[in-house]
Amino acid sequence: MNIRRFPLTREISLFVLAYLYLPVFVLIAYSFNANRTATVWTHASLDWYVRILNNPSIRAATWNSLVLAISAATAATVIALLAALATRRAFPGRNASETILRLPLILPEIVVAVATLILFVAVGIELGLGAMILAHTVFCIPFAYLPIRARLDGMSGTYEEAAQDLYANRFRTFRRVTMPLLWPGVLAGFTLAFVTSLDDFLTSFFLSGPGTTTLPVYIFSAIRAGITPEINAISTVMLVISILLVSLSFALTRLRR
Amino acid sequence: MTQSDTLRRIVLMLPALVAILLLVGAPLGLMGWVSLLEKGTTAGVDWGSAPSIGNYQRLVWEEDFDGTLILNTNYLVIFLRSVLQAAVTTLLCLMLGLPVALWMASLSPTGRAVMLLLVTIPFWTNLLVRNYAWLIILREGGWLGMAVDALWPFGPVQLLYNDVAVAIGLTYSFLPFMVLPVYSVFEKFDWRLVEAAHDLGATRARALRRVILPVAMPGILAGSLLVFIPCLGAFVTPALLGGGKTLMLGNVIQMQFGPSRNWPFGAAISVVLLAVMLLAMTALALWRNRRSA
Repeated sequence: MNIRRFPLTREISLFVLAYLYLPVFVLIAYSFNANRTATVWTHASLDWYVRILNNPSIRAATWNSLVLAISAATAATVIALLAALATRRAFPGRNASETILRLPLILPEIVVAVATLILFVAVGIELGLGAMILAHTVFCIPFAYLPIRARLDGMSGTYEEAAQDLYANRFRTFRRVTMPLLWPGVLAGFTLAFVTSLDDFLTSFFLSGPGTTTLPVYIFSAIRAGITPEINAISTVMLVISILLVSLSFALTRLRR
Repeated sequence: MTQSDTLRRIVLMLPALVAILLLVGAPLGLMGWVSLLEKGTTAGVDWGSAPSIGNYQRLVWEEDFDGTLILNTNYLVIFLRSVLQAAVTTLLCLMLGLPVALWMASLSPTGRAVMLLLVTIPFWTNLLVRNYAWLIILREGGWLGMAVDALWPFGPVQLLYNDVAVAIGLTYSFLPFMVLPVYSVFEKFDWRLVEAAHDLGATRARALRRVILPVAMPGILAGSLLVFIPCLGAFVTPALLGGGKTLMLGNVIQMQFGPSRNWPFGAAISVVLLAVMLLAMTALALWRNRRSA
């Protein structure tokens, strides 16, 4: 008897996998359906993908989403890298710092989003891309921080000690020894921050202001207006991008140290 | 460790701390203040109004024409529904997530890695898109609807826009938050303890109840919190799958900042949401301390 096997756990797990992935497959299948009503299957077609490529609002929203995700993920990764280097070893205030770093993960997003809206309006920060970049940077910090910290924790300090023994100064040690060992973690962190920002709906919804929609905000208002096969196609594109990027980040964190 | 090393680490920490305190801490503080003000005539907030607890009163009472306060259960119902919905979702996630975590622990290292990736991917994919997928499945004329109609003899069934649809969507959205922390406990678990229990004559069920579950408790509690808190503030799922009929706190907050333009009232509801969240976290911490004491 295998003491780790419990009856029904396998069946429940398979059910859960179906529960998690079936809706996604249904969505993807419908996005290739030629029929306008999206319920009756006629034949496979790429019509809806061609249509979203030629839709100017979707193009503009895609552009905004990309600029937003790249800016926020870059800023968050730099900030998170510095923080991870700081918390690598103990110092007074390390525990408090790590709690504060985790705050954006714990707090309900809608509360932080509306609070940020109030602050921006109160101090006169114009809503739009700039406001979204500021807010996204903050909630991306913990997502960028975790893989970088994990990579640092797995690195032994011996190489850095050797470099210092050979008279490399602190900066040179960081540039020539720490960074080359650390970069898979940094890249994984950037990727996760990028995906988090790209997929965000709530914060952008409140801070986008008139005229600067992101893709998720566009999708939400499109769903509100009525289900169309175009939404299936653009949603599928977003799903595939996220899945590819997360798998990339997974592969990066598993790179040989 | 030298003093200059401490200083260097604090300087490295500074950008992160300043960013989070300025863009999370300060907004929350300001929101607490705004929740005491009145709504403006043109803008969302009348910054000059005298602070009062009127917005919190409005959650429970409303003023009659002659100024007497009468009970208004509208918001109480939404509040209770949100708490109940979050509790039910947490329970469902636990009932599904615990067996999954247990099964994952019984797999080979490769099997575990694959399952870990499969459970993690939904966590990173777009919440809005995943809920939209359920909208397609559950809506009238969708394939699930047709299948249910074919089996159910008492006329057409409305699958969408009710509490069940919201519960399905919320469980779907937050299930990975339960599986991952519980699994991380099992990953480090010393299975010889279970072996010992069996040697001492425990049945499988008894070993599960007396050995495995107590060890998994920290993961279960962490997972419950990770599911409960975002459920309480959920907006997308009730907006898409609940329609206009089954509102939750998140929808009411959005309405105050959107069409109703009553920011102080929205701020007050947000403060209540934060308070419930803090209450849940404190209760959990206390319970954990009592157990470890």
